Formats: sequence, structure tokens, C-alpha cells
Amino acid sequence: MQPNDPILKLRDVQVHFPVKTGVFKRVTGHVRAVDGVDLDVRRGEVLGLVGESGCGKTTLGKAILQLVRATQGTVTYSGEDGETELTSLDDAGLFRFRKRLQIVFQDPHSSLNPAFTIFGSLEDPLRHYGVKTREERRKIVGDLLEAVNMRRESMDRYPHEFSGGQRQRIGIARALSIEPELIVCDEAVSALDVSIQAQVLQLLMELKREKNLTYVFITHDLSVTEYLCDRIAVMYLGKIVELCDAEDLYANTLHPYSQALLSAIPVADLDKKSRRIVLQGDVPSPVNPPSGCPFHPRCRYVVDRCKTEVPELRRFKSAKGEHMAACHLIDQPLAEQPLRTESP
Amino acid sequence: MANEVALTVNGLKTYIYTNNRCNRALDGVSFEIRQGKTLCIVGESGCGKSVTADSIMQLLPTLSRIEDGEITYHGPDGPVRIDQLPRDGAKMRAIRGKEIAMIFQDPMTALNPVYSIGFQIKEMLKYHTGLGRSDRHSKAIDLLRSMGIPLPEKRVNEYPHLYSGGMRQRAMIAIAMSCNPRILIADEPTTALDVTIQAQIFELMDTLKRDHGTAIMLITHDMGVVAELADDVAVMYMGNIVEAGPVGKVLRNPVHPYTRALLESIPVLGRGKDQEIKAIPGQTPDPYNRPKGCQFADRCAYRIGACDQMPDETQVAPDHRVTCWRYEEFAADAAE
Repeated sequence: MQPNDPILKLRDVQVHFPVKTGVFKRVTGHVRAVDGVDLDVRRGEVLGLVGESGCGKTTLGKAILQLVRATQGTVTYSGEDGETELTSLDDAGLFRFRKRLQIVFQDPHSSLNPAFTIFGSLEDPLRHYGVKTREERRKIVGDLLEAVNMRRESMDRYPHEFSGGQRQRIGIARALSIEPELIVCDEAVSALDVSIQAQVLQLLMELKREKNLTYVFITHDLSVTEYLCDRIAVMYLGKIVELCDAEDLYANTLHPYSQALLSAIPVADLDKKSRRIVLQGDVPSPVNPPSGCPFHPRCRYVVDRCKTEVPELRRFKSAKGEHMAACHLIDQPLAEQPLRTESP
Repeated sequence: MANEVALTVNGLKTYIYTNNRCNRALDGVSFEIRQGKTLCIVGESGCGKSVTADSIMQLLPTLSRIEDGEITYHGPDGPVRIDQLPRDGAKMRAIRGKEIAMIFQDPMTALNPVYSIGFQIKEMLKYHTGLGRSDRHSKAIDLLRSMGIPLPEKRVNEYPHLYSGGMRQRAMIAIAMSCNPRILIADEPTTALDVTIQAQIFELMDTLKRDHGTAIMLITHDMGVVAELADDVAVMYMGNIVEAGPVGKVLRNPVHPYTRALLESIPVLGRGKDQEIKAIPGQTPDPYNRPKGCQFADRCAYRIGACDQMPDETQVAPDHRVTCWRYEEFAADAAE
């Protein structure tokens, strides 16, 4: 097992949710939350999944953990005991793998049961995975709390007694409790104040170094991904539009959507005021995605081909490993393309 | 009219009472908003930024009181002391919405789901202007069009749930701008929105400021937003303004330890993976159990004995003020 071997391989993963209408709940359409994603997560890396709300990043995170089952496609886990196709396992078969894949949720206020003490919430996974005696569990929970810079005694208190940042740290402790190899962080710092956010980010990085973890970091905040991630996948309407080394994304942005997304972020640096590319309109509905390239109705460089032909994720030359992007126009200099004059 | 002051807040103290306890939410806040300029108020949750906005709009909860200080609105008919007006009085109702308008954080809850967007815009026009019924309708359509909402003739009769998040926020700005207010207060207007939609809203607010000379008070927790939009900035911490001044001075040469710590704790886009971020230790104090002196002292790396007493506001430069005992050292440091 080399450090850069893929720990997870996603092949053509699709998650479609049926839309039911009327008294008889007839299925009238499908929300294509994730629409054909190919992705390798390498052992020991931090992979950022970024995109706007509704682009399918959370659903993809849940599909990795089999919390929602993929409608089509495979998720393959490879560990010391060879490769296992998680998508073909039933619940009992998954039990063994749940231990290795964990999640930290966005909202620290709703992801802890208010009726349980912290110990109650944290001991559950331990009990299911074979820590039989209560004394042992108390010791492990105490150690976990210390690992996330909290006091041992906090375990007998209830979630409402803690601040948002502390609760998020408890959520991280819970994900760590059964020593997973991969943690999906779903907007783990988005609900926190900036001064607390920095504490949690530093904690996540320390834990990664100590325990040799792999993170899939789902967020909409591109400043955080730049700081934290090794590779970044930009999603739009259920598809990955750009996937590359984190530094490369900022230095050499290829896809027009990533360019617009990056330019839209307010930068806390007065010397770096750049011109904003303001996208017109909203993200289209994933029930009825546009034909061809999903981004074409909002794209500045759109040509006829974009409206009919779905662009493949193609590989481009880059100094930093591979750089993938899904756009027809990248071979040509973008400035020469006709600019769109009217909005839809 | 560019530098005309639209609103002055002086020594404002607003206390909120719950469960027989008193939260000194604002403890002596002073600032002014100028015509055609954007003042950004920045701070973490619980620092009193929203209470400041609610005090100006007289929208505070029932069990709260402006204990001290003055809010003066410099209207076309001379100055008006807003803090002395009855909350529901005719005068306050004439100012609220017409002269000073507000955009709220969450457009999903701020709009009434049982009335159409058009009705909610026309309601403003009905009470604040003398327009007739059909004029109001066409004005509502014009407003939606100027906010960039497609098919305004059709959309005007639709209900909020048919609008997307960004469109709801634009509809709310349309309501706020319907009477051409002189001051626009925006309480975290884009926190619930995606960055590409946020860019659209900011573009819109910049246009309003340019074309109408509207004075904008923008409440945010995002230093990035401050750097992009603000002319002036006031940094708040636990009910006090710890540092205020033009955005160039405060962001480039911060002299309060909290401002400095805040700027050091955020990852900045474009600085790469090697940038160092420093977390601020601890957490904001319990508002019912505040530190005695400087509110930031417990988390401050530069704490000295004098910090047990609240420092006075000092002018570092004519337009740059700070509340810290040791500001001189930082000012000298920044000048280097």
C-alpha cells in the first residue's frame, strides 16, 4: 500500500432521487443530484469538493459512505485486505467498512442528540465495534476529548452546555472514535465564527498528521480549501467540471465556471482586488438539467457545440500532476471566443 | 453631498433583559454613516452588530431598552432623534422604510409567504408614497426589473416560494429600495447565498450607492466582504467598537489586537497552502458574565494589568480610532 494509492475509486456514480407528485405519488421525474462522477481519492490526501448549493457535493459525500445508495455506478474501497465494491454490499456487509469511513456533519447543533450526554453520544460507535466494558469506553472517550483539546470531564455534560466550536470538536471526536481511515467533512467549519473556524481547521490538520487520515472536505468556501486541500474537485449540477492540484486551480484555472466562482469570492486583501465575473441567473434545476454542457446557459464563452454535446472530463498538461476539466473550448484561447451579449 | 453625514450614533447603550438578567448588548457604540459611502460593521456572532441595526430601526425586542446615547438621523427636514421617538409612533413609521430601509439576513423568513412579492412591494408604496393603484403596480414591476429579475410582469404576482434564494434577496432589496431611502441597512444580506449570487447582490448594492447616493451600513462577519465593499469599517467585539476607520487603514495597519488576530485567523484566497493562520485562543465570553475591563483581555496575547479596566476610545489618526491601552505600540509597529 503506497501512500498515493487510491483508497476509494468512484466510477460513473449517479444518485437520482425520484420526484413524486399527486395523490398517488406518481414518479414524474428525477432529481439528478449526482450525475456520473469518476473520482479517485488517494490515501493520505485532503480532497476538496467545492461548488454552490444544490450542486450535489453533499450527496456525493453521502454516496461515498453509502448513506445514500448510488442509483448507478460503483464505489470501490481498497485497503489492506484488497478491493471491495461497497455499492454491491448489503447493510450487514457494510458494517465492517463503516468503521473505516466516517463523517463530520455541518451543523454542530443538530448532529448531537440533546438527550444524551457527550459520553452517551461518543460511546455508541465504540459499543458497536467491540469495546465491551463501560470503564474502557469511558477511558477511550476521555482520551478522544483530550485529543480534540477538550477536558475529560466534559463527557458527562449535555450538548447544550457547549459552544458551537466545542460541539464541532465533539463531532470530530465521534468520527475519530473507531479509528477510521477516511473522514468526510461536510461543511465542517461553515457554521463557525472565523476565530473558532481557525481552531477547528488547525485541529483537523494536526489529527491528519498524527493519525494518517484521508479527508474528503466538502465546502463552499474556496479560501478554506486552498489552505487545507491537496486536490480540489469543482462540481456543478451533479458533475465534476474541474479536478486538479489545489495550487493549480488557483494559478491556472481552466473551466469558465471555476473562474467565475473564484472571482466571485471576496478576498480579505486590499492589494488583490480583482475584477468580478458576475454570472447571470441561477443554477438550473437538477430535475431538468440543460442539454449539452450543464453550465452553458450561464457561460460567457458559450458556442453552439456546448448546447448539444456534453463535454467529457479531459486531461490537460500541468506542472503539478494531472489537471482535468470538462469544457470543449479549453484547447483554444478563451479570449477569442464570442462573448455572450444577452442574458437568458 | 458625498460627505454629508446621514446618521450619527453616539455612545449608544442598548440592554436586553431576559430571565431577570441583563445583557449589555451594546455598551457605548459611536459611529456615523455618510451619504454615498458604505460602512461595514464586522464582528463575530453575539458581538452586537444586529442589535445596532435593530436599535437604529427601532425593531428591538420588547424587553430591551436604549439606556443611553443618541441616534440622530439627519433628514431633509433637519435632525431627528430616533432614540427618543416612540417605537410605533407615526413619526417613526414614516422614517422606517421610507428614509431608512433594511435588508434582512434570511430572505426566506423575512418575506411573508402568504402575500405575493408584488403585494409586499406595493404595500411600501401605498403607505409611503401618494401613488395610485395602477402606478404602484407599474412601479413594482419597474423595481423588479431594475433588480434584474426576469419576466417581472409575471413574477410580480408570484409568491416567495416560487423565487430562488438569490431572487428572494433581490425582491427584498426591491422592497427596501422602493421609496429611495437615504440610508440602507443590510444585516448580513448574503450570508445565506452562494458566492456567485452574492457577487450579483453586491454588484446591485454598488450600483445603488453610485446612482442614488444611498448611505449603506453593511453588517457582515466576512473580512473579504469588508475588503471588497467598504469605505469605512467598524470592528465590534462584545458590544463595543474596538477599532474604526477607513478600510485601507484598518485592514492594512490594524492597531487593535482583536482586529489583528481576526485578520491572521482567516485563510486568504491566493496565498496558497503555506500561509500561516493563527487561531484566536478561547471563545467569546458569556454575555451575562463579562470580563470586568476590556472584553477581549482574556483572549488577548498582549494583556497587561491595566486591561482590567475598560480603555477609552483614542484617536490614532483623525479618522482612525481604537479602544486599547497598548495601541501606541501597535501603531508604531504598523508604521514601520
